Amino acid sequence: MTLIQILIATVLFAVLGPVVGCLLAGLDRVISARMQGRVGPPVLQPYYDVRKLFEKEDAAVNTSERVYVVCALIFAVLSGGIFFGGGNLLLDVFTITLSSLFFIMAAYCTRSPYAEMGAARETIQVMSYEPMVLFMAVGFFLACGSFDVAAIAANPAGPAVLQIFLIFVGVLFILTIKLRKSPFDLSMSHHAHQEIVRGMTTEMSGPTLGLVEIMHWCENVLFLGWVGLFFVWGNPVSWILALVVVALVYFLEIYIDNNFARVKWQLMLKSAWLVALLGGGINMAFLMLI
Amino acid sequence: MALVGFLILFPLVAAIALFCIRNNQARNIVVIASAIIIAVASVILVVTNLGAGYTPFEFSSEAIDLLCSGISIAIVAVILGFSWKYKNIPAAVLAIIQLVMVLVLEFAFEVELEVPYGLYFDSLSLLMTFIIGVVGSGICVYAIGYMEDFQAHEPEGAKDRRPFFFGLMFLFLSAMFVIVFSNNMEWMFTGWEITTVCSFLLIGFTKTEEAIKNSFRQIIMNLAGGIGFVVALYCCAFMVGTFSFYDFLVIGCQKPALVALAVTALAFAGITKAAQMPFHTWLLGAMVAPTPTSALLHSSTMVKAGVFLLVKLAPIFMVCPVPSLMVIMVGAVTFLLCSFMAISQSNAKRVLAYSTIANLGLVTACAGVGSPEAVWAACFLILFHALAKSLLFLCVGTAEHHIGSRDIEDMDLLFDRMPRLARFMMVGIMGMFIAPFGMLIAKWGALVSFAQADQVALILILGFGSAATFMFWAKWLGKLAGIAGQPENVEVTVHKSEWASLLLMVVLLICGCVCLPLISAVSVEPYVVSVFGVFGQDISTDNLWLACICAAVVFVALFAGAGKTTSKQKKVPVYLAGVSRDDDNRSFQNSLSDSSEAVTRNWYLESVFGEKKIAPIGVLFNSLLMGAALVMVILGVGIM
Amino acid sequence: MAFASKSPWVIHYDGSSCNGCDIEVLATLCPGFDGERFGVVNTGNPKHADIFLVTGSVNERNIEVVREIYNQMLEPKVVVACGICACSGGIFHDCYNVIGGVDKAIPVDVYAPGCAVRPETLIDAIVAGVEVLDQKSKAMAEAKKGK
Repeated sequence: MTLIQILIATVLFAVLGPVVGCLLAGLDRVISARMQGRVGPPVLQPYYDVRKLFEKEDAAVNTSERVYVVCALIFAVLSGGIFFGGGNLLLDVFTITLSSLFFIMAAYCTRSPYAEMGAARETIQVMSYEPMVLFMAVGFFLACGSFDVAAIAANPAGPAVLQIFLIFVGVLFILTIKLRKSPFDLSMSHHAHQEIVRGMTTEMSGPTLGLVEIMHWCENVLFLGWVGLFFVWGNPVSWILALVVVALVYFLEIYIDNNFARVKWQLMLKSAWLVALLGGGINMAFLMLI
Repeated sequence: MALVGFLILFPLVAAIALFCIRNNQARNIVVIASAIIIAVASVILVVTNLGAGYTPFEFSSEAIDLLCSGISIAIVAVILGFSWKYKNIPAAVLAIIQLVMVLVLEFAFEVELEVPYGLYFDSLSLLMTFIIGVVGSGICVYAIGYMEDFQAHEPEGAKDRRPFFFGLMFLFLSAMFVIVFSNNMEWMFTGWEITTVCSFLLIGFTKTEEAIKNSFRQIIMNLAGGIGFVVALYCCAFMVGTFSFYDFLVIGCQKPALVALAVTALAFAGITKAAQMPFHTWLLGAMVAPTPTSALLHSSTMVKAGVFLLVKLAPIFMVCPVPSLMVIMVGAVTFLLCSFMAISQSNAKRVLAYSTIANLGLVTACAGVGSPEAVWAACFLILFHALAKSLLFLCVGTAEHHIGSRDIEDMDLLFDRMPRLARFMMVGIMGMFIAPFGMLIAKWGALVSFAQADQVALILILGFGSAATFMFWAKWLGKLAGIAGQPENVEVTVHKSEWASLLLMVVLLICGCVCLPLISAVSVEPYVVSVFGVFGQDISTDNLWLACICAAVVFVALFAGAGKTTSKQKKVPVYLAGVSRDDDNRSFQNSLSDSSEAVTRNWYLESVFGEKKIAPIGVLFNSLLMGAALVMVILGVGIM
Repeated sequence: MAFASKSPWVIHYDGSSCNGCDIEVLATLCPGFDGERFGVVNTGNPKHADIFLVTGSVNERNIEVVREIYNQMLEPKVVVACGICACSGGIFHDCYNVIGGVDKAIPVDVYAPGCAVRPETLIDAIVAGVEVLDQKSKAMAEAKKGK
């Protein structure tokens, strides 16, 4: 029953996830432009970009890169399906990590010095945010008594955020890493040049890059879904509340993106782990012991 | 019963035969035949007794007790001989202490503790049987080809000591079967000591200065653990009044205060054998041995004996707070710190060693928690760790012989140079840490059980440790994945026996992942139910099915997708910010119009995760913790 | 419908310019002129770029670099020579080491003269280049179908 539900959700997410993600990415670019005093591109610009990428010549440095990217995309879509299909949150977390791993392998397999450097940084990024993501799942379990997203969303006792507020703050912190926003866009930046060219995606071109973009759209929708889950409970009105919060959080991320310079990995690792230790640890200890 | 006896005795016979056979051809045949027989016998035993509960066999004999004492004396004689030869006093002192304690226990006090049911098996023993019998013998087969190369690398005219090597390997298997099947704790102790001394001899096999040093480190630490075991035997004799392991566990669950000291001592023995900090250095030192030894020690035997004992003790840990806390914290701290230190290593075998110690730490912590769910996770960790780790060790060994290095940086382009081996290695690595595979499912179970047991510290440790795990495996995986041009394929000279055992491990690992729900149902759950009487399922079948789907995608991608030679895509050179000269070795035209090569290395984050920084913390913390636990137990503080 | 024209990603290479034109190229992307209105994004990577903006003339040292960047760009692609030096060599045309305009190294699609080239001219040139992109894109699609 649940399995079929999740598979249906995965198919739906494969269609709707990129649409929503694309619009979000377009909004991001417009809002960023306005913050910089520019007019900015049309909202559909990310869609045009990707369509163009698929029109480009199909070239690659080796035959494996595309395979890994496709795997990364499949797992990103699957984890979206698991989440929005009401599946197990831990499995969802593990699946999206699997997606990251394949993306890292895609970058490594090109053997471009820039892509390798980007991939090495990406492993540090994953290492930085992974503890907090796990604690988020455990936090939901402690607050709602289940790892199942469906059960958490139907929790009769009010929104989870009331009990796991510190974890919510921690998730906001690492969300910046996950969304690849400055100051934590070490492995690849959305903005123009970087000292390592375009990091992980340096060797990905044309259709492959298009797939990567679509994967990011899906990921972004999923991550914002995690944020929304903090505010959903048995009451249908809560969905509207969650949407409002998600919109605010996304705006906050864009604001941070436009106002901070990239940091070094040491600071990222230490700060992210500190936040996870304090936010996650204190909150979980509070829930378990009291 | 007959099969159990056969499994204990047959490897012993094979070992004696191998000690004697000098002819290469004959030896190879004997090794392969015995390995197959042991594996088949193990599988038959496991399959015919799927889901068996505690099944004792009435078997006791005064003669075997005497034989055990005799073996103890022989072991000590061997150790003393080597201590004399290499002038190592601590090892000699410990060996003599242990011998005196054993003999006093046996002959000075007229302790008449008959154990009518000398042998037994239950589902956990059977799981171990499978690991020892199939994975262990697979490693023995692998050793044929490996040792041939090894001998070829030896200087001209060096003595061929392979009979000794193979004899020890099979003796090891026999001793492991003794450990998992013995209900009589004295017999178990004998098996325990045989594994100690066998690994001592195997580590020192190359007789280099480093090997000798490391083998003595191993023997000193494990003799200390052995003394812990003897202390436990004393407690059993005088406080609990039984040498039957089963009765001990039953009594322990009812009267935890009575067995507290014995359990602490046994846990100490298990911790030394499982190479938990501060005793982790012996396992790191064991890396000097030929790779099949490392694989055997790490994956299917030796260290697994340690965690086997701890998992067996789990029900007592649930009711006995002091040893439980000691085991939990020692395991958890080891898991965390060794995962960190693995990041800073570029020697592949050291990475594997640290990851072994870390995973054993997790098993130890799970055993310490002692809840049914934690034991479920611990069993799966043991199984999948054995499968994935043996595969990885064997891959590294083969790669070392063909690329001349065990450094991860030198494994660059292995995907081209040894395509099949690199894929096997990638499967092994993924099997160690990534979602659809067994290890992660087991970690998942551990996480859930920690959450249910309100162990906030353990969850924190698991979170950070897993993140570090991702880092060091992912960067290794990335190194393997690199593809450039068409370097020479150096894989063609790999021995058939090596391929056979590598293939066995890969198939086992894949089957294990796909059949996880099945294994859980027929093997691990019955054990948990037989011990605890209840079992709450952690992970629903739907989720396991999803994991199966993921696993299928990964395998298809690795074996059918990646590394195709033909494609419609245009092949282009990599971007090197300037004028490229040669794409395959990443050389470009520099500002003097010469060629420069772009070189990249992985990150080892020495400044954050260096051994020098982290190891002392763990050693100090765990030593203090164990000392404190011992004092508390002896004084009877904090025991219900 | 060809999408190449809606999303022209550019890569900028400074040949042997006096930096006047480089400053103007970047000014084109800044808030004052906001090239992103037309989807223009400045990439640092030829593999992602559709339009190659070259400033300055081509000389003996950089001719290989210009060719390499051009070769690494994927079809459809367009080259814009930005400023008079890139068009013809400009005042440097008879320097001992200067070969001439960019068209001595690679085929140029649009010439944007000026010293320095004005951002308005550049935007015009990109818009003109975009039409060429569309044509090439269509030609590619037809060639694909023809197969």
